[in-house]
Amino acid sequence: MTLKCGDTISDMKDITPTEAVFNGLMDVGIDFIVSVPCVNLKDLIPMVDRESSVIHIPVTREEEGVGVCAGAYMGGKKAAILMQNSGLGNSINALSSLNLLYGIPLLMIISHRGIGDETICAQVPMGEMTAPLLDTLGISYYLPSSKADATKAVRIAWIRAVEEKRPVAILLPIPFWSQP
Amino acid sequence: MKRIDVIREVADKARDSDALLIANIGIPCKELYSVSDMPNNFYMLGSMGLASSIGLGLALSRPERNVITIDGDGSILMNMGTLATIASQAPQNYLLVIVDNGAYGSTGNQPTATLNHVNLEEVAQGAGNRDVFEVDSLQRLHTILGEKDSGIIVAKAQPGNEDVPVIQMIPEAILSRFMAESSRASRSV
Repeated sequence: MTLKCGDTISDMKDITPTEAVFNGLMDVGIDFIVSVPCVNLKDLIPMVDRESSVIHIPVTREEEGVGVCAGAYMGGKKAAILMQNSGLGNSINALSSLNLLYGIPLLMIISHRGIGDETICAQVPMGEMTAPLLDTLGISYYLPSSKADATKAVRIAWIRAVEEKRPVAILLPIPFWSQP
Repeated sequence: MKRIDVIREVADKARDSDALLIANIGIPCKELYSVSDMPNNFYMLGSMGLASSIGLGLALSRPERNVITIDGDGSILMNMGTLATIASQAPQNYLLVIVDNGAYGSTGNQPTATLNHVNLEEVAQGAGNRDVFEVDSLQRLHTILGEKDSGIIVAKAQPGNEDVPVIQMIPEAILSRFMAESSRASRSV
């Protein structure tokens, strides 16, 4: 289901979209992050890698990352995955038979390709299926409309994930990353 | 060497070293439950392939605790990237024990690619792991377990399953009992 973050405060002119997401992660105390690259995550990944309060683990595949994050949560961490939506398909069994089965929260920061200004045709099928797949899984997702909204959504999403003991996603399409 | 014998040895080490123990999906979980049901056991009931990943995330999050994962050859083949990620991180508190019986034991003993082709010791080494040990006897396994708290052990076992009972715990109870253990300080010195 699509969730609203509440009132949108006036947008921050001086920060990048990447910094807006990063600020949300820091605000809510995310301290363990796995990543699979996407071009739209090219600034965020080194930013979390440099952050001393975060353990950052590059993984080979999104499903593997879901497992690593589950272990981190079991070790007391607040865990998030940075990924492209193309990796959602290979994560579905883990999201359901690990996170949903046991009640393990996870914050999913998803670069949503294949919609909006997409130029690569191969991104389109998964791009169009991403929201329906999350709906089918019963995983809530936020669609932040601005940088300020994204900071807030990241924070709220983790709180919600813990309360509901399940993954919560943030979908960030190409126009989000290209905004000034 | 039977898988349940490997599991018994690993469970003994986990108990002696106050390690957190992640057990692979299917009959390995049930075999561990039957020989040593401890609060520090996490029984992974689904998500085939991810036992080694869960153990890695746990070990990186709790560097002061020893973590052991009991995995299988079929599961490693399903998530071979895990060997690269483990090599990249190389946590000194993480021991991965792969019971390699050349078979998908829980689904009817269909052969895996390790039966005639894949050498998991070489794969693990090729992925960049430095401490990799292949063992084919309980005595050798016992010796290596006594010496090592990190690295990868490939335990060559015979295919076959013990007739063991179903785990009488719901997933939420497995997790909450385990997390009460994983959140405390280690008792080992």
